[in-house]
Amino acid sequence: MTETPALHCPLPFSDYDRVVLAHGGGGRVMQRLIRDLFVRELGGDELRRGHDGAVLRPRGPIAMTTDAFTVSPRRFPGGDLGSLAVHGTVNDLAMCGARPIALAASFILEEGLPLRELAELVASMGAAARRCGVEVVTGDTKVVERGCGDGLYITTTGVGELLRDPPIGPERVRPGDAILVSGSIGEHGVAVLAAREGLLLDPPLLSDAAPIHAPALALLEAGVDVHCLRDPTRGGLASVLAEIAASAELGLEIEEAAVPILPAVADTCELLGLDPLYVACEGRFVAFVAAGEAEAALALLRARGCGAASVIGVVRGEGPALLTSPTGGRRVLDLLSGEQLPRIC
Amino acid sequence: MKWVDEYRDPAAIRAVAAAIAAATTRPWTIMEVCGGQTHTIVRWSLPELLPPMIELVHGPGCPVCVTPAEILDQARALALREGAVLATFGDMMRVPGEGGDLLAARAEGADVRIVTSPLDALDLARGLPGREVVLLAVGFETTAPATAATIELAAREGLANFSALTSHVRVPPAMAMILGDDAARVQGFLAAGHVCTIVGTGEYPALVERFGVPIVVTGFEPLDLLEGLLACVRQLEAGRAEVEIQYRRAVRPEGNPIASAAVLRVFEIVDAPWRGLGVVPSGGLRIREAFARHDAVRRFELAAPRGVSEADRRCRAAEVLRGPPRRRARSSAGAAPRSPPRRADGLVRGACAAYWRHGRADEGPIVSGPQILP
Repeated sequence: MTETPALHCPLPFSDYDRVVLAHGGGGRVMQRLIRDLFVRELGGDELRRGHDGAVLRPRGPIAMTTDAFTVSPRRFPGGDLGSLAVHGTVNDLAMCGARPIALAASFILEEGLPLRELAELVASMGAAARRCGVEVVTGDTKVVERGCGDGLYITTTGVGELLRDPPIGPERVRPGDAILVSGSIGEHGVAVLAAREGLLLDPPLLSDAAPIHAPALALLEAGVDVHCLRDPTRGGLASVLAEIAASAELGLEIEEAAVPILPAVADTCELLGLDPLYVACEGRFVAFVAAGEAEAALALLRARGCGAASVIGVVRGEGPALLTSPTGGRRVLDLLSGEQLPRIC
Repeated sequence: MKWVDEYRDPAAIRAVAAAIAAATTRPWTIMEVCGGQTHTIVRWSLPELLPPMIELVHGPGCPVCVTPAEILDQARALALREGAVLATFGDMMRVPGEGGDLLAARAEGADVRIVTSPLDALDLARGLPGREVVLLAVGFETTAPATAATIELAAREGLANFSALTSHVRVPPAMAMILGDDAARVQGFLAAGHVCTIVGTGEYPALVERFGVPIVVTGFEPLDLLEGLLACVRQLEAGRAEVEIQYRRAVRPEGNPIASAAVLRVFEIVDAPWRGLGVVPSGGLRIREAFARHDAVRRFELAAPRGVSEADRRCRAAEVLRGPPRRRARSSAGAAPRSPPRRADGLVRGACAAYWRHGRADEGPIVSGPQILP
């Protein structure tokens, strides 16, 4: 059999313009898709080996995490599903206090997905991985029949080298710890909602979706006494704080006025009846640092591109996560029973 | 955001709170009628800013809370019909009837769509001509005009596959019922501002005359509520009972005549069951015969709800609505119980939900009788 020449036209990897069942069938059509799209866009040496799995040689303890990604629409102001699938897992590793070293990626493709869109998303994923300095070392694709999926689902699993051992985590949070947030909250959730529902925000609001490992790990490398890191994705800032308060069995006191929120986010949430504290971020994190290190941590974050980083509260001895309003009234931040829904009144 | 930020200004809020404290010499029990007001009160912890002699009780102003379970079950059954599409507001998704909520119905295969305007349901009906599109519409005088306009538009376009299952209710008759209740202790009302945007002060002068209670039409931001309370307390302290409008930026005494007229073109006033309260005389709206083809009750031959189902009996809405004494805080803010009452967890708008959402269930409404909730 003659080698198919490497082409540089927009769709070199398929005779089709949409995903067909043959793209998952194990034959030549699938091989071309893998080689000319996935390996070309994502691959390093390990992926190019084309074996059933990758071999890693970490120097010490590793952290591992996995995340499944689906978002509608797949491209939104400020990001897309491909880059999100990289950033989400890189960020989760960083929240473990680990430097990301490798990703595995699985793709569930729905029959009928335009290949041009797939190619763009995979290219975006590759670019995101390179920017994060992390290699996609192994992967898988499956094709499901039309109607059995929502276009494209991506699952990424990541491993990273721990910078602190014993690792940081909620169990290390202590009374007196300062609570910081790395930037303004809720932009991702509102941007995606606006794109999905056709809300015309002027100027358009960009998602905060971004890798956060650089500023987060900079705290650890600089020797800041970080006790816990967490990224407020689904459920937003309030849910993360409620979760940490519950698992650390400590009380948190948050100043509502100190939480950075862009006016566009606050106003859109106001109109839709949403609470921005419960709206997802994809490029922010919350840091719990030892009492007395807040200023150092804040200066470091601001120097690392987190201009809106703020100290938002403090850990107390007991009780739940409490939010103090600008007038001094306090209320509990608790988990929602489900998702926030648009209301009648 | 203009019209919002200035009504949340901490200095202004504290100043009005201080004025209320200065004006109060005796204990007063005041009901805020609307669920939106209840949420603001709890979210902003306004009771902490008030003198202890002021007691707030929460009124019937949550349309989700007062919708009889039978309506929810009818909606669920319609949604599960082959080829049907049920369109409704997000609030209604998690409210359980006897057979479960609409989220569960969706998981069973029902096509339930969340809309943010009743007109979106017309778009669905236009786009899906082969399917029955049913709008489940609930709410007070505030939302009834939009439903009325939607039904009129459907009639004008001859949209044969559109109908509405409505449970629109009227607030003033419920206030009269609460005041007529022997157990009622309410001495003054903060009336629901948005209801009055439509109907104006309408029936309130008659209520003030009959029961001798002040009624202050009040807005929904923290400063609105405190201003409404201040006006109410001043009337009570002076022995006056009058209709007053705090929410002047949105309410005129005559209301919105165009919207009110649209409601009365499409609906007629009927006695209607409110969950928990029972049948409220003139407390509801029914689609007129002229619009029968767009009335889901007539179209699908549904039984009229009586408001006496098991789910309604379990709900403690009645006692909450009538303004029972609130439990005083037993501890600092935040001794939230670990599991919510089932119904309160399902609701997103009522007083129970307000307390639950903001973690003050320990001082939420208390009711007499055995604990029936699972």
